Amino acid sequence: MHPLAFDIAHMLAGSMVLVSFMLLYQNRMLGLLSVFALHALVLSLSVSWEAFIQSAPHLYITAAIALVVKALIIPAALQRIVRRLGIHRTVETVVGIGPTMLAGIGLVALSMVLMLQVTTGTDALAREDLAFALSVVLLGLLMMVSRRNAVGQVIGLMSIENGLILAAAGAKGMPLVVEISVAFSVLVAFMVIGIFLFRIRERFDTVDVQALESSRGELQ
Amino acid sequence: MNLASFDGLNAILSIPLAAAVLLALLPGYRSTALVNVAASLVTLLAALTLFIARPKAGPLLLVDDLNIVFIVLNSFVGFTTSVFSASYIAHELETGRLTPTYLRFYHAMFQAMMFAMNLALVANNIGLMWVAVELATLTTVLMVGIYRTPAALEAAWKYFILGSVGIALALFGTILVYVAAQPVVGEGLDAMTWTVLIKHVAGFDPALLNVAFVFLLLGYGTKVGLAPMHAWLPDAHAEGPTPISAVLSGLLLNVALYVVLRFKMLMAANDAALAPGPLMVSMGLSSLALAAFMLYRRRDLKRLFAYSSIEHMGIITFAFGMGGPLANFAGLLHMTMHSLTKSGIFFAVGHIAQVKGSQKIADIRGLTASHPALGWSLVIGVMAIAGLPPFGIFMSEFLVVTSSFARQPLLAILLVAGVLVAFGALLLRLNGLAFGAPDGRLAPVKASYAPLATHLGLVLAAGLYLPAPLVTWFQNVASLLG
Repeated sequence: MHPLAFDIAHMLAGSMVLVSFMLLYQNRMLGLLSVFALHALVLSLSVSWEAFIQSAPHLYITAAIALVVKALIIPAALQRIVRRLGIHRTVETVVGIGPTMLAGIGLVALSMVLMLQVTTGTDALAREDLAFALSVVLLGLLMMVSRRNAVGQVIGLMSIENGLILAAAGAKGMPLVVEISVAFSVLVAFMVIGIFLFRIRERFDTVDVQALESSRGELQ
Repeated sequence: MNLASFDGLNAILSIPLAAAVLLALLPGYRSTALVNVAASLVTLLAALTLFIARPKAGPLLLVDDLNIVFIVLNSFVGFTTSVFSASYIAHELETGRLTPTYLRFYHAMFQAMMFAMNLALVANNIGLMWVAVELATLTTVLMVGIYRTPAALEAAWKYFILGSVGIALALFGTILVYVAAQPVVGEGLDAMTWTVLIKHVAGFDPALLNVAFVFLLLGYGTKVGLAPMHAWLPDAHAEGPTPISAVLSGLLLNVALYVVLRFKMLMAANDAALAPGPLMVSMGLSSLALAAFMLYRRRDLKRLFAYSSIEHMGIITFAFGMGGPLANFAGLLHMTMHSLTKSGIFFAVGHIAQVKGSQKIADIRGLTASHPALGWSLVIGVMAIAGLPPFGIFMSEFLVVTSSFARQPLLAILLVAGVLVAFGALLLRLNGLAFGAPDGRLAPVKASYAPLATHLGLVLAAGLYLPAPLVTWFQNVASLLG
C-alpha cells in the first residue's frame, strides 16, 4: 500500500476520535447536533477512502448511507424536534466537562493499549482502524453516561454506531450484509426514538430522563 | 407438495414473517387473535418437521443438534403464549388498557418477534445472528412500551438504551471475530460462517479471540440479563403486557444465551485462547447472588418473577461455564425447564393481575381460597421454580450442584447458598399470595387454563420421567458444547 494512502486513512479515522471529543464538551443542544453531523461526515469520508484503497466498491454505499442518513436527515430531524420542544438551550450533564474530558483521554489510551497489543498479527490498516473505532465506541459510552438528556443519550448511541461502522469498514472484505444492516438498524432505531421522544414529551413536559427515573414502578 | 420437498427451515422463518404482515393489515381483534394462534401453531408444526427432514447447512442458515432443541422449544412456547394472549388481550380491550389499533400493532409485533428469534436460532452467519438479535430487541422494546403509562415508557426506554449498548458491544465482538478469522479463512462470507469458523478456529489469533469474546459476553450477556447488566430486565417484565413477559423470560433470554454458547464453542475449540468458563461462572454466580437477595425486597408480582429469571439465567450460565458433559447436560435441561415453568407462571400471573386489577403483592392475598384453580396453579408453579421435587427444575438444579461439587466444591457451596436464599424468598412471598384470608376483588376469572396446565404438566412429567431418547439427545448436545 502507498504510504500516503495509509496516512490519509489514519488521519480520517483519527479525526473521528477528535470529533468524538468535541461531542463530549458541547453544552448546547443545537451545537451537539451539528457536531454529530460532522461526526457522520468524517465517517463517510473515512469509509469512502477505505473503499478507494481496498478497491471495495460496496463500501461506497455504506459511505453514502452515512452521509445522507446520519449527516443530513437525522440531525435535521432531531433539530426540528429540539426546536419544537424548545429545549435547545443547554444540555444538562451529570459530571463537569473537565473530568469527562480527562476520563475520555483515559479511555482512548486504554483502547490504544488494548487493541494495538492484540492485533499484532493483522495488517496495519485494520489495526489502526480497530483502535480508533474502539476509542469512538468508548467515548460514545462515556457520553451516554454523562448526559441526562434523552437527545444527548441518543446522539451518544449513534456515535457508538459510527465507531462500529468504522471498524467494519476497516476489516478487509467484511461482507456487505453487515454494513447495510447496521445502517438500516440505525434508521429503525431512530424511528423508535422519534416515537419515544414524542411520548416522553407528551407525558412529562421534558426530555430530561431524570423525570423518568422518579416514576419507577415500585416506589410507592 | 410432498414431505420431502417441504422445507421446514424456510417455513419457520416465512410463516411468522408473512403472519406479521397479514396481522398488521387485518382489523378486528377476534380474527387477529385467531390468526396469531394459527400462525404460531403452523410454525410449531413446521419446526417439528425439522426432526424428520433436516435441511443441509447453507452459508446463511443452519440446523444442527444444538439449535433444533431451541427451535422446537421456541415455537412451542410461542404457540402456547399466543393461546394465552388471546384470552388475556380480550380482557385488556374490555378494560380499555389497549385500543384496537394498538392491538393490531401488538399482534404484528408478536409474530415479528417470533421471526427474529427463529432467525437468530438458525443463523449460520454471525452477522446475520447479530441482525436477528437486534430485530428481536427492537420488536420487544415496542411491545414493552405499548401501555404508554409513565412506568411503561421508563421501562421501554431503559430497555432500549441498555439493549442497544449491549447490541453495539456484541457487534464490535463480531467484527473482531471476523478480523481474527480473515487471515486464516480468507475474505468474504466464509469468515463469518459459523460452520467454517469452528473448523478453522484452532488457527485463529488467540489474543484477538479473547478480546472478541469479552465483548460478545458483555454484549449478548446484557440480553441474557446477567448482573451487572440486568437493570432493564425487571422493568421490562413488569410494565409490558404479560404475554410479552412470558416470552421475554421463556424465550428471548434463552436465545441470547444460545448465541453466547455458539461463541463459547468457538473459544473452546482454540487451545491457546482464554478459557471462557471462569468468566461465565463468575457472571452466573454474581447474577444468582444479586437476584436471590433482591427477591426479598420485591413488592410487585411480575418483578418478583423477573428477578427469579435473573437467578435462573445465572444458574444456567454457571452450569455452562463449568462445562463438561454433566454440567452442560444440566444446563440444557435447566434452560428447557425454566423456559416452560416461567412462562407458565407468567400465564397464571397475567390472569391474577387482571382479576385483582393490580400486580402489587400487597393487594393479593388468599388466592387458593378465592380462585382455587389460579391459586393452586401459582402454588405449583412457584414450587417448581423454587426447585422442589418432583418437578423438572429440581432435577436439573440437583445435577448442576452435584456436578460442580465433584469439581469445585467451593463454588458449589456458593451456588447452593444462592439457590437456598432465593428459595426462601419465593416461599415467603407465596405464603402471603396464596394462603390466608382472601382480600381485594373476588370476581370470578375468565382464564384459559390449557396453556398453563400444559406447561406445568410437562415440567412435572420431566421431573418424574425423562424419556430415554431425549436424554441421549441432550447428552449428544452436551458433548458438542465441550
